[in-house]
Amino acid sequence: MEQATEVPLKKTPLNARHRASGAKMVSFAGWDMPVEYAGDGGGVIQEHMAVRTRAGLFDVSHMGEIEIAGKDALAAVQRIASNDASKLQVGQAQYSGLLTPRGTFVDDLLVYRLAPSHFLLVVNAGNIPTDYVWIAEHIKPAGDAVAVDASSRYALIALQGPAACDVLQSLTAIDLPAIRYYWFAHGEVASVRATISRTGYTGEDGFEIFVPPQSADRVWQAILEAGGGAGVIPCGLGARDTLRLEASMRLYGNDIDDTTTALEADLNWIVGWKKDDFVGAPALRDQKAAGVTRKIVGFEMLDRGIARHGYEAYIGDTKAGVVTSGTQTPFLKKAIGMAYLPIEHAAAGTEFDIDIRGRRTRARVVPMPFYKRAK
Amino acid sequence: MASYPAGLKYTKDHEWIDLSGDRGKVGITDYAQQQLGDVVYVELPEVGATLKQGQSFGTIESVKAVSELYSPVTGEVLEVNTALKDKPEVVNKDPHASWMIVVKLTNPGEAGALLDAAQYQDLVK
Repeated sequence: MEQATEVPLKKTPLNARHRASGAKMVSFAGWDMPVEYAGDGGGVIQEHMAVRTRAGLFDVSHMGEIEIAGKDALAAVQRIASNDASKLQVGQAQYSGLLTPRGTFVDDLLVYRLAPSHFLLVVNAGNIPTDYVWIAEHIKPAGDAVAVDASSRYALIALQGPAACDVLQSLTAIDLPAIRYYWFAHGEVASVRATISRTGYTGEDGFEIFVPPQSADRVWQAILEAGGGAGVIPCGLGARDTLRLEASMRLYGNDIDDTTTALEADLNWIVGWKKDDFVGAPALRDQKAAGVTRKIVGFEMLDRGIARHGYEAYIGDTKAGVVTSGTQTPFLKKAIGMAYLPIEHAAAGTEFDIDIRGRRTRARVVPMPFYKRAK
Repeated sequence: MASYPAGLKYTKDHEWIDLSGDRGKVGITDYAQQQLGDVVYVELPEVGATLKQGQSFGTIESVKAVSELYSPVTGEVLEVNTALKDKPEVVNKDPHASWMIVVKLTNPGEAGALLDAAQYQDLVK
């Protein structure tokens, strides 16, 4: 992302470590982040394959953490987040949306229930100030609840891949196999106070580890040492993007934003239809009753070529939609992507064209996810 | 530190050309492949296409991004390295041996203005 003016990029607590490891750094959402690592084991493809076959370690400390606490914290979260947070037990997390009154996305997020009246919201790096202001404003009617931007209090490290559980277990007394998918536990990792969550953005089993910023480097190094024998390598944002796309996870700013509703993004499952009103609910109910006119789809390229974010989709000679994400995936070894198409052309098997730099290129709608790990 | 073969000429757009009489093999430099990252797709012109100096003759795509390929010289495409279609990753492994097209130069004098290895090394250091 280009900066219009010279604003210094923000750095995670692991920035010096990335630079010392020879990572290629890029500006991302105002942060100086590793896009891929150097050396024989590095590069997007090898990092991607490491996560699918062994495990990879990601610095995702740029993500934001907003806490909501107070007697009416649940009511506050219920009002601003689309999913039904009353279903969360303490120690459990869920994917959710922060929606506008039109049912479109301010952001997508994970909601963690730390205590009965204490929630942690993990939000996208580029949206932290917007989200915080939005949340503080919109929880006011909920009663006694306060929002705090706690982003600077957390470093966040993700260990993802089939070897993640064994590698991390060697560094913690927490019984990791007992943590179910989308649950979390508190304890220590490498003698550092940590919250370990069985979540991720790769489509693999794995963990996201919240640690104090001053101890992030110690935990990072300990995991790489413990995982060396298992082939664990550091991974950058490049592999994070190809992994999440293979797993069909939406990326805010690409696949969802304030012009796309939760229903158009095919995320009906994060809409708490049965709970009390929340911001965006009336619009979504109307849209559900009327039926959506367009929907996000997964596609594979039939002709050679790679469709990218922003390329236009055509049905015959008519411009019909837009590609929101696309790449050549390292594991499936196919050119895939996501696009918004008119609902009558959104069924699996439908063929359409994508304008790749002036060339009409054939693509076919396929079911998502593109990749699903073996249980 | 990458080494840039003295026998090649280079452009500011990070292509190289290996000249032999009025013909030249064209590829991209080690610096260019490092910037791109893992190459997954190379799109090249048809044999017989005519190119102007500085004109795009194709595209190269890494997992992350698309870049144009620019012709170092004016001329006609005599050969296209079709092997890159199935093995684009060789551009990362051996960029200065992975030629993409062979061009017959219309105006061999143009090559004089290209960078030599030392000048190119200076540009990317």
